Amino acid sequence: MSVSSASGVELIGLVKAYGRTVAVDHVSLKIPPGSYCCLLGPSGCGKTSTLRMIAGHEDISDGDLLIGNRQVNGVPPARRGTAMMFQSYALFPHLDCTDNVAFSLKMKGVAKAERRARARELLALVQMDRYADRLPAQLSGGQQQRVALARALITNPSVLLLDEPLSALDPFLRDRMRAELKRLQTELGITFIHVTHSQTEAMALADLVVVMNEGRIEQAGPPQEIFNRPATAFVARFIGGHNVLTRGPAMTIRADRIALAPAAATEVPGPLSLVGTVQSLEYHGASVHLRLDAADAEDFGVVLSETAFAAQPLTVGAVVRASWAAEDLHPLGP
Amino acid sequence: MLGIPMTTTVTTEAADEAPPARGLGIPTAWRPYLQVAPLTAVFVLFLVIPILTIVIVSFWDYDSVQVIPDFVLTNYQELLGSPVTWKIYLNTVKFTVLVWALTLLIGFIVAYFLAFHVQSVVWQTALFLVCTIPFWTSNIIRMISWIPFLGRNGLINQTLINLGIVDHPLEFLLFSDFSVVLAFVHLYTLFMVVPIFNSMMRIDRSLIEAARDAGASGWQILTNVIVPLSKSGIAIGSIFIVTLVMGDFITVRLMSGGQSASVGLMIANQISLLQYPAAAANAVVLLVIVLLMVAAMLRIVDIRKEL
Repeated sequence: MSVSSASGVELIGLVKAYGRTVAVDHVSLKIPPGSYCCLLGPSGCGKTSTLRMIAGHEDISDGDLLIGNRQVNGVPPARRGTAMMFQSYALFPHLDCTDNVAFSLKMKGVAKAERRARARELLALVQMDRYADRLPAQLSGGQQQRVALARALITNPSVLLLDEPLSALDPFLRDRMRAELKRLQTELGITFIHVTHSQTEAMALADLVVVMNEGRIEQAGPPQEIFNRPATAFVARFIGGHNVLTRGPAMTIRADRIALAPAAATEVPGPLSLVGTVQSLEYHGASVHLRLDAADAEDFGVVLSETAFAAQPLTVGAVVRASWAAEDLHPLGP
Repeated sequence: MLGIPMTTTVTTEAADEAPPARGLGIPTAWRPYLQVAPLTAVFVLFLVIPILTIVIVSFWDYDSVQVIPDFVLTNYQELLGSPVTWKIYLNTVKFTVLVWALTLLIGFIVAYFLAFHVQSVVWQTALFLVCTIPFWTSNIIRMISWIPFLGRNGLINQTLINLGIVDHPLEFLLFSDFSVVLAFVHLYTLFMVVPIFNSMMRIDRSLIEAARDAGASGWQILTNVIVPLSKSGIAIGSIFIVTLVMGDFITVRLMSGGQSASVGLMIANQISLLQYPAAAANAVVLLVIVLLMVAAMLRIVDIRKEL
């Protein structure tokens, strides 16, 4: 297999406007070559529009797009060195797996025997060589996705764009494909840009997580940084595992850095604690997730290790004091 | 020991009472046949019996005053032995091929425009309705309205002469093969547009993006994605056109001014001369030919997924 080189992608003040609505609002981002980047955000945050602009399937309203230090605004999709994997996979229903994968080579005029041989190599890469003669309708969702992946990779792209690649799969398959994507990215060494609304997916895969909201980037950084030092209340809430304290200056405290102790309902909370009632309790195996209803923080999440919970079991309706250490508090930006 | 049989008895009784008595006493094995009976009756009455009648009559004898029940092959012998028949059949096939090619070309372009170039659903619906407007009047009226337009002193000839483009009126415009094909195309193109438009609307738009992503040009997208995925619509439209044109007699009679003939016209003439057995033999041959043409098309394209 010929090895394609990775390209970096740079977005400079990128804007996408549909009439008066602005889907992507002056987004600037630098994605280093060979990295796994996840665009993360709720639906309608502009992440898909951003991806489609990078792919060349959406016109850029304003700003510049650089792929491998080359400005590519207006360059047709196939000449950007990118390849896209579509959310619905978009396999050609009238072509078998081999011809689907070989499609772009056929467009380039590569001879039939040569392009089919190359397509089979790619199918082997995604462990689909056994199904080479099947039509897409005869494959399961996970198998279709592997074929779509092979089809995208046959052009030797330097950047692979994935639009919600795992959302159509069942949870078990999703975890397996996730591992597979990471393996492929490491093996091929090319840049992956992956759009998702699942923070678990982004955390598990990405070197660079870009959290987007309302057409803007809220925060971009490695997953550890996003999780430990969320820049805004939106990021803290969206990635989960955090409580945003509204008392005084905006701060967050991680849900797994909180200690619980039984308390009297009349107890007055200190600066590093609050008093609330246990509203729900979920056993997750290694951990127990509780939600507290407190006067100044409704829906306050606490994650206890199974051992800590077993040492001091609680029931729904119990009044508790939740306390934390000052060094675990993380101040939020404006 | 005693409790167990008692429980069993109770359960059995409950199971016996459970299914509601809705069978009307009809044995279960008969029910599916009864359910398909009404449709079968309709088909037998309006399709099988008439066709069998035609087949039977095609073997009868006749003279100038009566039809004689018999079993003779003379109708087929006269039909297939006459060079006139062959000429007329060839002429009908010629019309069919010409009309099919033209309606396919025009129909595909119109359907493509509606399905891929018109972006708003409102405009798509509006333009689609515009296509159906000619169907608000009868076929005959639509054919006749060509006559003042194409005639010797019609609009086209007058315009061409006034503009000095030609000195004499163009004779081929009316009462010719040209006018027959023109009328056919005008009458039947919509039968090609509708099924092709329908199959084009089912093409997932992301397939076109995927093709573009793979470097396909507009023409390559058309030939590699859109045409293959419109095949079933093309096949259905083609079946409409072939059956309509092969069986037509009125368009050929009106638009050729009696100068051209088709199988349908030949059958109509035989009926007006009370030569029913000859007409029936002709109809059987025509039916066989049309069925063979349709079968050939179905061999090439699987239309089941469209139905």
